[in-house]
Amino acid sequence: MSGALQIHHPSDAEPAALPPPRLELCGIVKHFPGVRALDGVDLVLRPGRVTALIGENGAGKSTLVKILTGIHRPDAGEIRVGGRPVSFASPQDAQDARITAIHQETVLFDELTVAENIYLGHAPKTRLGFVDWSAMRARATALLYGLDAPIRPWTKLRDLSIAQRHLVAIARALSIDSEIVIMDEPTAALSHKEVDDLARVIERLKGQGKAILFISHKFEELYRIADDYTVFRDGRSVGAGRMDEATHDELVRLMVGRSVDQVFPKVPATLGEPVLEVSGLCHPTEFDAISFTLRRGEILGLYGLVGAGRSELCQALFGATAPSAGTIAVEGHPVAIRSPADAVRAGIVYVPEERGRHGAVLAMPVFENVTLACLGAVSRHGFIKSAEEFRLARHYAERLDLRAASLAQPVGTLSGGNQQKVVIGKWLAAGPKVVILDEPTKGIDIGSKAAVHAFMSELAGQGLAVLMVSSELPEILGMADRVMVMREGRMAGLFEREGLTAETLVAAATGNIQARSDRP
Amino acid sequence: MALQQTTARVIPDRLLGPIGRSAIRWETLLLALAAAIFLANALASPYFLDIWNLSDATFNFTEKAIIALALAFVVMAGEIDLSMGGTIALASTAMGEAAVLGLSTSALVAVGLGVGGACGLVNGVLIARLGLPSIMATIGTMSLYRGLSYLALGDGVLKDYPAAFGWFGQGYVWQALSFEFACFLVLAVVAGLVLHRTVFGRAVRAIGNNAFAARFSGLPDERIRMILFLLTGLAAGLAAVMLTSRLGSTRPSIALGWELDVVTIVVLGGVSIQGGSGTIPGVVLAAFVLGLVTYGLGLLNVPGIIMSIVVGAMLIGTIALPILAGRILAARRRP
Amino acid sequence: MSAPVPPGLADDLDLRGLILRRETLLAAALVLLLAAIALRFPAFVTASSLGGVFNDSAILIIMALGQAAVLLTRSVDLSVAANVALTGMAVALIDAHHVLPLGLTILAAPVLGLLLGAFNGLLVWRLGMPPIVVTLGTLTIYRGFAFVLSGGAWINSFQFSPSFLALPRTEWLGVPVLSWIALAVAAAASLVLGRTAAGRGWFAVGGNPIAAAYAGIDPGRSRFFAFCFSGMLSGLCGYLWVARYAVAYVDLASGFELDVIAACVIGGVSIAGGIGSVTGAVLGSLFLGTIKNALPVVNVSPFAQMAISGTIIIAAVALNTRAERRRGRIILRPVGPQAAE
Repeated sequence: MSGALQIHHPSDAEPAALPPPRLELCGIVKHFPGVRALDGVDLVLRPGRVTALIGENGAGKSTLVKILTGIHRPDAGEIRVGGRPVSFASPQDAQDARITAIHQETVLFDELTVAENIYLGHAPKTRLGFVDWSAMRARATALLYGLDAPIRPWTKLRDLSIAQRHLVAIARALSIDSEIVIMDEPTAALSHKEVDDLARVIERLKGQGKAILFISHKFEELYRIADDYTVFRDGRSVGAGRMDEATHDELVRLMVGRSVDQVFPKVPATLGEPVLEVSGLCHPTEFDAISFTLRRGEILGLYGLVGAGRSELCQALFGATAPSAGTIAVEGHPVAIRSPADAVRAGIVYVPEERGRHGAVLAMPVFENVTLACLGAVSRHGFIKSAEEFRLARHYAERLDLRAASLAQPVGTLSGGNQQKVVIGKWLAAGPKVVILDEPTKGIDIGSKAAVHAFMSELAGQGLAVLMVSSELPEILGMADRVMVMREGRMAGLFEREGLTAETLVAAATGNIQARSDRP
Repeated sequence: MALQQTTARVIPDRLLGPIGRSAIRWETLLLALAAAIFLANALASPYFLDIWNLSDATFNFTEKAIIALALAFVVMAGEIDLSMGGTIALASTAMGEAAVLGLSTSALVAVGLGVGGACGLVNGVLIARLGLPSIMATIGTMSLYRGLSYLALGDGVLKDYPAAFGWFGQGYVWQALSFEFACFLVLAVVAGLVLHRTVFGRAVRAIGNNAFAARFSGLPDERIRMILFLLTGLAAGLAAVMLTSRLGSTRPSIALGWELDVVTIVVLGGVSIQGGSGTIPGVVLAAFVLGLVTYGLGLLNVPGIIMSIVVGAMLIGTIALPILAGRILAARRRP
Repeated sequence: MSAPVPPGLADDLDLRGLILRRETLLAAALVLLLAAIALRFPAFVTASSLGGVFNDSAILIIMALGQAAVLLTRSVDLSVAANVALTGMAVALIDAHHVLPLGLTILAAPVLGLLLGAFNGLLVWRLGMPPIVVTLGTLTIYRGFAFVLSGGAWINSFQFSPSFLALPRTEWLGVPVLSWIALAVAAAASLVLGRTAAGRGWFAVGGNPIAAAYAGIDPGRSRFFAFCFSGMLSGLCGYLWVARYAVAYVDLASGFELDVIAACVIGGVSIAGGIGSVTGAVLGSLFLGTIKNALPVVNVSPFAQMAISGTIIIAAVALNTRAERRRGRIILRPVGPQAAE
């Protein structure tokens, strides 16, 4: 698998001398109650170069970004900008030091106009100190024109599409005349074309002499965009160097601590009789005429571009939204699913993409989360039996290799990978027949990814049926028995695992060639 | 890292024992506060320590406390209900009209509870079924219910209650233990068991913490919310029965301003207004604290409106003081 | 320096959007309401009668604008009526005892109101307390202080100085000063909400407080300003109320906070924050004011007012909720030949 990756050399032939650092971090330490987020990290950003920050979730990357943008203050260590030590008491100080960040969730305001969103917090002012609206409009227009973005600066943000909103976010970053730009998982929600656009913008920023910190999990992009790299593990920096001198295996080894041979441990499973039959499922605005069958022990991948309607289909299967037509049958019996409670009763469970918001109750302890979907099993006459509850929670914690200080620890204080385990544990405890996983390893480090995949295989091996929504081609190709592709709300293809290539899937998802389904 | 582990890890169930968990709790603070106020009252007034006076003291807060028990559940589920004063007015008016029609005492009680339940059900439909934000919906129903009472009575008063009806608000079950107080104790025990030991209570807390996750876990959040508002309505209906029975009359302005007192009891009891946390013992203690304070002030002949300043200050102080204390302690810890 | 504008980006009017906007629908509803009343009681819609309705709604308009600012930031201010009572009582006492000249007496009202609003704002900002709890507490504390100041006594019309009472009634161009003040406040609010950084900040904070913080706008400080704004306007209304009705007492404006919130809700100001407009708040107030003035004309008992208010609040909130609910993502496009990528 690593052999499939290309290593790109940076376009400019690098002389031996590198420009002096614009930003230096030395020995940064940050503790939160019970968690050592950063335990002495070093980082160097140079002007005109992109530095990739690589690390698992929980390695400290987002804490670092918050420190650089003035949201948190480090407990120890030094930050130097342009050679001079600085400290940020507030986000405003970080902005004054000309550091700006583009976050994963583009944080913008629906009720304000595009121009206001771009200039929020640093609007051009008149001599009297009031906002200079005409200057703001003119500058916004210029910025958007420079990005080839056909957006009126005076439209309200809520009237824009997701891709347009992202362009506004980029315009915002460009509007702050910053020297240091941090991009935190900027390509998570972008299509291929949009990633190309972003790469071009980054080239231009490099040309302007800005120092860029690029955080991403996607190695293909890192090799294409980044010049240097730094690897974090467990809150420490464990390696740094030039991107064109590092191999994929080396980087992964630095991230995880040992080499990862088998990231996708696919166990061949015998497929049983059909457990879920969906026929002609329609929603007025989200999807149309979806039909497929899921068999016992099968892993069905669901691929498509962002916005193709995959999550919407899953939420309809789970009863969170109501389809307008079509039938769903579980083990041969048609079921009416009008709420998640109905779905759970029918044996269908859904592990959502946003595990924090939709999957776990972060303030409640581990044991209460694990039993949340099967409270009937640990109670009698409505009264919860505490010993039963702990026993069940302990069982799944051990089975999933959960890392927590105690079962009474609030789930919100666990790392992302462990939170995912709690959510999966909750659903396993409910004894489902069909498990729908929506982007199960999104934003999760390689180590936990492998664990989740191993677990999926185990589930399938035990006779459960798995529907896995994923946007990562290696994951789909590695794990799925069959792959269903959706495009703009409709089925664009259903493919067997044998001989399936990434190109076929991408073509079906983008509609470049006519894809034909093999078997319903 | 996860791949290295071959032996099973043993995770303890809890880190703190039961004593450790109790010592740092809000309820312990309340208990200390209640004891302090009790002592202060006893020292300030010679009439305080008489068992019959103490029993009298309970009357003015048990009705609110019963509603507070139900409101605590609503707040813990992440909602709020400001309509209880209006519900009491409407239920009381209905009972008054029924009394004029000559209905028996038990029928009157049924009317009171029924109207209370109906008001709660309307709230439930608006908030749980139609999805209206609870603060605005209950501000609306508060006006509507009391408004209906005004529409029916104008500035008149209904007084024709049968003598037997007076027992609910003025009667005693055993020696100095009043019916009202006994009712409250029973309901407090039931509420405590339901919240802390049952599936329903767990579901309420989950919904208050993260309604999405709760629904996505298969919990019937719409039905549970409906039940919670129904219960609050019934509690208000019960309070209406007791209050009307105690006063012996009904005016449309009955229970005016009770929203403040009931919310104060809930918040003082340690229930977070954001939802998801709180205990019944806390609410019970808070009711005692509020009752002791108002009774003590009453013995000192403090006028009602000054007492409400005290209650308002208590509401704000309950939340403000711990934050201030925390800040001062943190500042002192820093070198 | 002017940047080249790509073709097709000139600002044209989005007509359909304009028609469906909340404010337009509300204006239409108001017109329909007046038309319905005019069918039976044409005297109601004469210029002088409508002018009277506007004048009667003036205080509600001013206070609704203040409350709208608070609602925008995802807060609520239940203490506004108590604020009116306290400031009204304070200036009434100042005037009755001739402590200050008239100009300063009138000025004292919004200043005092500002301080009361600032207290609310400080608790929300500095201590991070939920606004509903803070204002539920201050609503009794402020009214209690009105009692403390006055000892429970009323200030009656003969105790005021004549110029104190005369100001709101004085007519300029045939319109009472009270109405002019309402118009001026509406214009000022338009400016604040539309053109100042603080006002735009309220929209940002209400729309997404965390994002606003990341963008450098302190949500707590923004809310503080909103509460100060609301308090100042409530203080101003304290003087206007007392002067207009020529009496000051502790229970003044009791329950008025519900009308103020109702006016905002009817006007489309969202409880969830971030959505609202001056036009909406004004129209909402006029709608409510029209109903109040029409009730006696249509021969409905004044005791029905509270029930009607309550029903209107519920209906308005239901409409707001439906409008704000997210429709399903529009993913399907009409079936046809697929366009090349």
